[in-house]
Parts: sequence; C-alpha cells; structure tokens
Amino acid sequence: MSRQPIKILAIGRNAEIMEVMQRLINVPDKRSGVAVTTDEEAEAAWQKETFDLVMLCAGIDEEAEKNLRNKIAQINPMTKVIRHYGGGSGLLENEIEAALAVPGA
Amino acid sequence: MATYIEHKANTRGHADHGWLNSYQSFSFAGYYNPERINFGALRVLNDDVVAGGKGFGLHPHDNMEIISIPLKGALEHKDNMGNTRVISQGEVQVMSTGTGVFHSEYNHNADQEAQFLQIWVFPKQLNIAPRYDQIILDRTRMQNTLLPFISPESADGGTYIQQDAWFSSGIFDNGKTTSYDVHSTGNGVYAFVISGSFTVDGHLLDARDALAIENPATVNIVATSDKAELLIIEVPMKPSSN
Repeated sequence: MSRQPIKILAIGRNAEIMEVMQRLINVPDKRSGVAVTTDEEAEAAWQKETFDLVMLCAGIDEEAEKNLRNKIAQINPMTKVIRHYGGGSGLLENEIEAALAVPGA
Repeated sequence: MATYIEHKANTRGHADHGWLNSYQSFSFAGYYNPERINFGALRVLNDDVVAGGKGFGLHPHDNMEIISIPLKGALEHKDNMGNTRVISQGEVQVMSTGTGVFHSEYNHNADQEAQFLQIWVFPKQLNIAPRYDQIILDRTRMQNTLLPFISPESADGGTYIQQDAWFSSGIFDNGKTTSYDVHSTGNGVYAFVISGSFTVDGHLLDARDALAIENPATVNIVATSDKAELLIIEVPMKPSSN
C-alpha cells in the first residue's frame, strides 16, 4: 500500500535558508510542503491545507515557538511540531523520519 | 555508575557517492538508525573521504556547532561571512552556524584525497551570531597525553564552541596510559579511535571504533599499539537547547 505524500510546513526567519528548505521539503511522491519566513505566512498556509509536520527553523525564538506550537495544537493536535537543526542539511531526512515514527513527537 | 555502549567501526552507516565516501557514527542523510541518533549533544560524527578536486558546494547550515578535523590532505573553505581559508591536517576548523551560514568545502588538492572528521554538536543557545575559527594543533604537545583543543571557555590555547563541550586528542606509544577526568558531572564521554588501538575503561577499541560512556568520572585509557591516536569528546547528555 503506498503512503500518501507527507505535508510539511517549515517556518524560519532566514529567507535564503528557507528558499533551500522549500526545495528540500518538496520531493515528488514522497513529500510536499511550503517554507515561510513569517508567522502570518504560516497562518495563511495552515488555513489552506493540513500539515503532518511543522519544522521550526533558524530564527524562531522561544516566544515565537511557544505561540506557534499553541496555535498549531489548536488547529490540528495531530500535527507534529519539531525543531529543525542544521539548515536543510543531512539531518532533514532523519528528523522527518524520526518525527513521523514517534507518536506525539 | 558509568555505562558503556561500543560503536564498532563496522556498525557505522556508510554512503559512497563516488566523490565522497562517508562513514557515519550517527544517523545522517540516508542512514537512519533509531538506536544511533545522537550521544547527548553530539549529533554527527562523519568520517569522510573526498576525492581530489571534489567537495561540498555552497550550502546552508544553522543552529549547529560544526567541527572539522582533517586527517589527510586539505580542504578549501569559503563562507558568506567572508572567510576563504585552507584547512590542513593538523588543524581544526569550528563554525557556530547560529542564525545561518552558507559555506562550501572542497578538496584543496586535485590529485589526492582529503580525509576529515565532520562533527556536529547541538548548540547551547539557539540563533546566535555565526562565527568561524581555525586553529593549529601542536602535535608535539599531543605525544602520550591528551591535549584539549576545544572547550567552552577557549582555555588551553584552543578554540571554543557554543556548548559546554570539550574536545581532546592525543597520540600514544604502545603501553602508555592516561586518564580523562570529566569537567562536569553528568556529561558523557565519546572516545573515538582515529588510528591504532586502545583499551578504554577495559573496552578494546581498534581504529574507528568508539565507546560512548554515560556518567563517567574518570576514563582510563591504555594504548595497545604504537602511534595510536584517540579523540575524546565530552558533551552534556541533554541533546539540545530545547
């Protein structure tokens, strides 16, 4: 049975890195997603579609992280929220796999 | 009481991309082992061989402390902080990537391989200003003793990273002994054999084997071959800053 492509929302403040993230989180037949740099863009994105995973990237401070986690939990408690480290690096695949393997990560 | 997990060299992840032959102590890229994600704040230890003239093109990183230790040959580093440097065997490069860095690392030589350890440590604090540093290891001070070269306070003539972590290395003659006292109670020690062989707290380790030690106080080390080189990485066991 084939698995539905994973939907990912990546939120970070470094525009150049988020451009790279936009490319890396879109892998045909495997996953699709959108990378944004503001909380407003993030909100607009999750109004339009449901995400399996939200990745918080560089520049998201503690306060913003808390707010985003609260909002996402209200919209869809099933959406997993993780920190992404490394800026679209070799950790990305691992982080996605680990997050989706662990219930409630 | 200390607990031990042996990471034998032949249990590491492996990826051969032609231009890059990489052995991975922890899950990385296409290698995913839920039992080998990290050791505390130590997240990546890749043992990379880069073909002559080849390398890693411009790519970003953020919120990670990246330490590169060339073992053979040289790498040419360029980044968007304005650094263009060559790093050779006997030197150590550190990058605090914080809010974001773009960099490239190419084999500086077209006609010979470059071999280096690429080590990533979770930072103590997120979103700090990026920083680059490069130091020369005084290998004469590494003979039969562990020379600290990375510490939180930039002590001992080395450099620092944004984590309560210590890196030390030494080159030993057969039969020589030493010990390593942890700096902070609760920290873990990752002992990685670069070359030769050692017993570390009684565990026999050959080249590229490692021993992950939780809750050590003092680690006892015996070289069991000549020109045996050991890398000791002490890290907090809380993996990351959140």
